[in-house]
Amino acid sequence: MSWVSTETLPARPAPPARQDGWSAARIAGNVLMALWIVAGAYLAYYLASNVMSDYVRTYWDDYLDGILITLQLVGTSMVTGALLSLPVALARSSRNPFVSGIAYAYVYFFRGTPLLAQTFLIYYGAGTFRPFFSDLGLWWFFRDAWYCAIFAFTLNTAAYQAEILRGAVQNIDKGQWEASSALGISRLVTFWKVILPQALIVALRPYGNELILMIKGSAIVSLVTVFDLMGETRRAYSRTFDFQAYIWAAVLYLVVVEILRRIWERLEARLTRHLKRS
Amino acid sequence: MNEALTLISFGPEGWGDEIARGVLITVSLALASLPFGLVIGFLVALAKNSGDASLRNAANIYTTIFRGLPELLTLFLVYYGGQMLLNEIARLFVTGATVDVNSFIAGMIALSLVFSSYASEAFLSAFRGIRHGQYEGGYALGLSRGQTMRLVVLPQLIRLALPALGNLWLILLKETALVSAIGLEDLLRWAGIAARVTKEPFLFFGSACLIYLALSMISSIGLRRIEIWSKRGEAAR
Repeated sequence: MSWVSTETLPARPAPPARQDGWSAARIAGNVLMALWIVAGAYLAYYLASNVMSDYVRTYWDDYLDGILITLQLVGTSMVTGALLSLPVALARSSRNPFVSGIAYAYVYFFRGTPLLAQTFLIYYGAGTFRPFFSDLGLWWFFRDAWYCAIFAFTLNTAAYQAEILRGAVQNIDKGQWEASSALGISRLVTFWKVILPQALIVALRPYGNELILMIKGSAIVSLVTVFDLMGETRRAYSRTFDFQAYIWAAVLYLVVVEILRRIWERLEARLTRHLKRS
Repeated sequence: MNEALTLISFGPEGWGDEIARGVLITVSLALASLPFGLVIGFLVALAKNSGDASLRNAANIYTTIFRGLPELLTLFLVYYGGQMLLNEIARLFVTGATVDVNSFIAGMIALSLVFSSYASEAFLSAFRGIRHGQYEGGYALGLSRGQTMRLVVLPQLIRLALPALGNLWLILLKETALVSAIGLEDLLRWAGIAARVTKEPFLFFGSACLIYLALSMISSIGLRRIEIWSKRGEAAR
């Protein structure tokens, strides 16, 4: 007699399907998604039905010009701001209280006041010193809204970028400085070749955020008669009173911002690929 | 110099009282947008933190839109778009009716939308800083989900989110300057009017900048107080 059973037990029935049920979160999520999808579909329909309209045919080129102006403005002021931010960041961490005090006041002023007020201050305020600027031969610069906007944006972004840079440099371990000086490398070379490359990697993400903020902030130059994307939009709207002016602008801004964000993400992934553990 | 002092003094000669009224509008606009922004931001953060994918996606679309649009454009969309929408609705009932959108309300809505999409990120990262054991501990004590959120999670959440929210408040205060573009008579608007009338643009825009600076300084001091208050339980450790 065998103690081992020869027949196998019948398979047990499958467990009942998991009852997910319609929790409040799921209902809310589906309702909201449905709303977004309806809104998105309506927007797509609205845009598609207007692509061939007179409005788009008349103003499409203006919109493209506007995007170029916006990118040019942001690009120029970001680059000049980056150059200007280096001495500001250095002065800010200087041991001389006078130098660091001035840099601190500069950064505090430009980070503590609205960009719009700064642009007004420079564009309209320059008129007060017209004789002075004329004597210096600089009046052509301050007379022009475009140059004033670039000037204001440069000063503004330099203050923000100086803080980004300073934070990133401070974030680098002190041992890096010490190791360099132990190797007999001068402080300047250490900063340039050892500290800055490491700091810039830390600073990549904030720099990307600053770029996006500048693109969005640049819309205000339309209030000082520069025809960037927003300026062209406002001009088109004031001529036609057609609300699609703002809808197109919103779509274009979202597209530009999203593309830049994607590019920046790629860039970041590429530049930090040696730090990835796979 | 004396002339400048007269111009910014209070009284019939100076623009001090107009500018003071503008400051009041600026501050009250920021203060009025704050609670809506905080509440919507918290709800959006809850949605982003939820286990349900559709709710997370809906919340992410919201923040992508309002963080990608320029604040000025959001303001115009709300102001002109809201006006058109309300007019359409009004015409359904009364033919030829027109509705004017209050620029204060429009500014409040636009600023709340922008603030809430940024605040949701601040709340979300604060949510990530609270360990799951806190919820489980709450449930183990027999607290309901709402009670756990209110009595256990929220007090810690506020402490974690406060630095980021403080920064957002300072940004909000600066963004109120944009409403001068839709004709609300805030600080910058009055400074602009005074500059045009007196032909002293540098004086008035400079004063406006300094007032904004003073407002952010006062806010920073207040925020530091609140932060210390929120950390009062940690001092003993």
